[in-house]
Amino acid sequence: MQTNIMLCGVGGQGIVLTSKLIAAAAMEEDIPVMSAETIGMAQKGGSVFSFLRLGEGVSCPMFGKKSADILIAFEPAEAVRMLPYLKDGGKAVVNTHAIMPVTAALKGSNYTGDEMIDYLKEKVDDLLLIDGTKACEEIGSPKVLNMIMLGAALSRGVLPFDVAKIEQTMRNTVKPQFHELNSRALRYSL
Amino acid sequence: MHKEFLMGNAAIARGAVDAGLNVISGYPGTPSTEVLETAAKNNDGSLYVEWSVNEKAALELSAGAAYCGANSMVTMKQVGLNVASDPLMSLAYIGVKGGMVILVADDPGPISSQTEQDTRHFASYSKLPCFDPSSVQEAYDMIQDAFEYSRKYNTPVLFRPTTRVCHGYASITVKDKDERKTNKPEGFVKDSSKWVIFPRLSYNAHIHIEKRNAELSHEFSAYRKNEIFPEEKKGCKRGIATHGISFAYTTEALKGMEAPRILKVSTPFPFPEQKALKFLEGLDEVLCIEELDPIIERELIYICGKYHLDVRIYGKLTGNVQPAGENTVESVYNNIAEFMGFEPLDINPDESTPELPVRPPVLCAGCPHRASFYAVKKAMKGIKSVFCGDIGCYTLGNAMPLDMVDTCLCMGAGVNITQGIGKIEPDTKCFAFVGDSTFFASAITGAVNAVYNQADMTLIVLDNSTTAMTGHQPHPGTGRTMMGQVVDKIDITAVLKGIGVQTVETVDPLKLDEAVECVKRVSAQKGVKAIIFKSPCAVLIKPEKPVVIDSDKCKQCKKCINELGCPGIVIKDGKVTIERSLCSGCGLCSQVCPFGAIGGADNAD
Repeated sequence: MQTNIMLCGVGGQGIVLTSKLIAAAAMEEDIPVMSAETIGMAQKGGSVFSFLRLGEGVSCPMFGKKSADILIAFEPAEAVRMLPYLKDGGKAVVNTHAIMPVTAALKGSNYTGDEMIDYLKEKVDDLLLIDGTKACEEIGSPKVLNMIMLGAALSRGVLPFDVAKIEQTMRNTVKPQFHELNSRALRYSL
Repeated sequence: MHKEFLMGNAAIARGAVDAGLNVISGYPGTPSTEVLETAAKNNDGSLYVEWSVNEKAALELSAGAAYCGANSMVTMKQVGLNVASDPLMSLAYIGVKGGMVILVADDPGPISSQTEQDTRHFASYSKLPCFDPSSVQEAYDMIQDAFEYSRKYNTPVLFRPTTRVCHGYASITVKDKDERKTNKPEGFVKDSSKWVIFPRLSYNAHIHIEKRNAELSHEFSAYRKNEIFPEEKKGCKRGIATHGISFAYTTEALKGMEAPRILKVSTPFPFPEQKALKFLEGLDEVLCIEELDPIIERELIYICGKYHLDVRIYGKLTGNVQPAGENTVESVYNNIAEFMGFEPLDINPDESTPELPVRPPVLCAGCPHRASFYAVKKAMKGIKSVFCGDIGCYTLGNAMPLDMVDTCLCMGAGVNITQGIGKIEPDTKCFAFVGDSTFFASAITGAVNAVYNQADMTLIVLDNSTTAMTGHQPHPGTGRTMMGQVVDKIDITAVLKGIGVQTVETVDPLKLDEAVECVKRVSAQKGVKAIIFKSPCAVLIKPEKPVVIDSDKCKQCKKCINELGCPGIVIKDGKVTIERSLCSGCGLCSQVCPFGAIGGADNAD
């Protein structure tokens, strides 16, 4: 069984960290993992992606278009940008909060992400939209967006583990005072 | 043996440590940086680790250690080898006593580099053996082989991964600590007939090197990482020759299909000629899938000529593989599809996709470089001036609306480029911007040249007390070393004064008026003068509270956005808004606002 995961968003949203957490969970379950992600200059407010591949027989860290079982997008336009990697019938979890790039602000653009969401609704049958900003406010920290998104992805039943497994991995990597907060974030969509 | 999830660069470092590494030196540069950082993290106290001032110094240090019988490794990105090429070319003649690996990470794309140069050329040019891993596991295994070959032949060897191997992650099998090799260096044994380069020595060494490389070509033909897939297959008429990450793409693209014969070249120099001959046997056509330059392709054409083989070789030279940029799973699939005659993938984007916002990299919110560029821009308004940039985060000062980088060439080049421009256009105010790490790496000699030759220019040192672009490595001005020592900081002002720069002023760029006055005052003088804009990298300091916009005072003139281009100021519902998650409270925008509408958080209530 192979699972291809595409994580994407904007630099600083915690995409790489989320990818690492899933990889660590897989390692604990003896599932082979490969990944590839944006590193370096592009991280400064640029588009960030992470290819993540779980399962036996994977030989290449990146996969081709129409290969991802699930797309976990932290920003609507980034979801659209990476959508070609989602396989037909694949599932998508998308944060509806749009991040306006400086270039758009300069041009006086009023990019809100709405047309991106409309496009995604048209193209993806199994689409879960999350208002990440509202969810963060409800949980009480702007820093748990990645756990909210990961929890939402887990609810789609595509990843080869359940929320309890990810919770256990999270506890191994996150400071104890943040365990409860992160657990609530992981369970937000359940 | 056990499993670990490692980045390619971490795997290389771990492999080197497991092979008995004694010394590692380098200069940071994407995509190579994490190799040295991982080695430092795994230092049990037996390893000497240093970020050197530049690649030339790093390579010379590692060479010296290997003269003593140590196992040493020097790390850099591809353009770093240009800086280190002087010692490299000579060291190839001298050789080493221990094991020495020169790790040079190439960057197809290029993703974060000035050039798409191919270090495999440097291998044949310097006549040094070269290893080219195709996966994270292979990088771990092969770096250990590289040390073995280096020790066996008393020569430095090149190890050349590319970005996707360096920055790819995989769960791989690595040695346990007790399986590590150890190496006890014998020490330096004086022998001037061996360690002092003279024409006679070089002549003899040249003869020896050619003979050795012929031997190595033979030995590499039997090397386990130069592979033909499948091992035995009769009646095959087509073959694919590839290397590195493109081998992984090829395997991925051919999944579930009738595969042609595949040759994976892991040692591009000396080329494994006998292995290639075995691969070519019975084939009519070969497609070479490479990144950067067509090196395997040319080698195969040469072998076909040498042995009178009637095999057609396709690749970059025949226009069947893209000449520049990174390969991808799709591009490789389509190269193979064309070659094998099956249906290519439709890689045209969906036309109904809404227009996507572009996200070019920008200076961070609160970055002091933004303030420095803005101060110079304001001071020079209406005055004919030129701004020569350099390599680092501050190259991003080129973006609109700052638009303050007129030239950028290579590390440290800006100083002397302004000098040249000033000679031809004496009525232009010339500015060279250089970061603190770049100043130490390669701008000091440029500054000496400018002073000596009576240039008229202003040197701007953007001192954020770190090597920010590559992930905050220490340098001579930071007072910290990779061995964890706290040492005397090398003072940039004292260096400049010492080489004869009379005026050196230091100013905080976030105090805008003072900074602008300073630029006006200093740049009005004749000769070489310097300004040090000193303010720490915004990523390294605890941010202040975000600023607040007073909606009564804000006239929506958008001057803050149009002049500064800070990612912390956005337009929401048609109104200028502070993006609280990004704003670090640097206060530059409040000094730019003509209506005093932007203030500190405390004034807001």
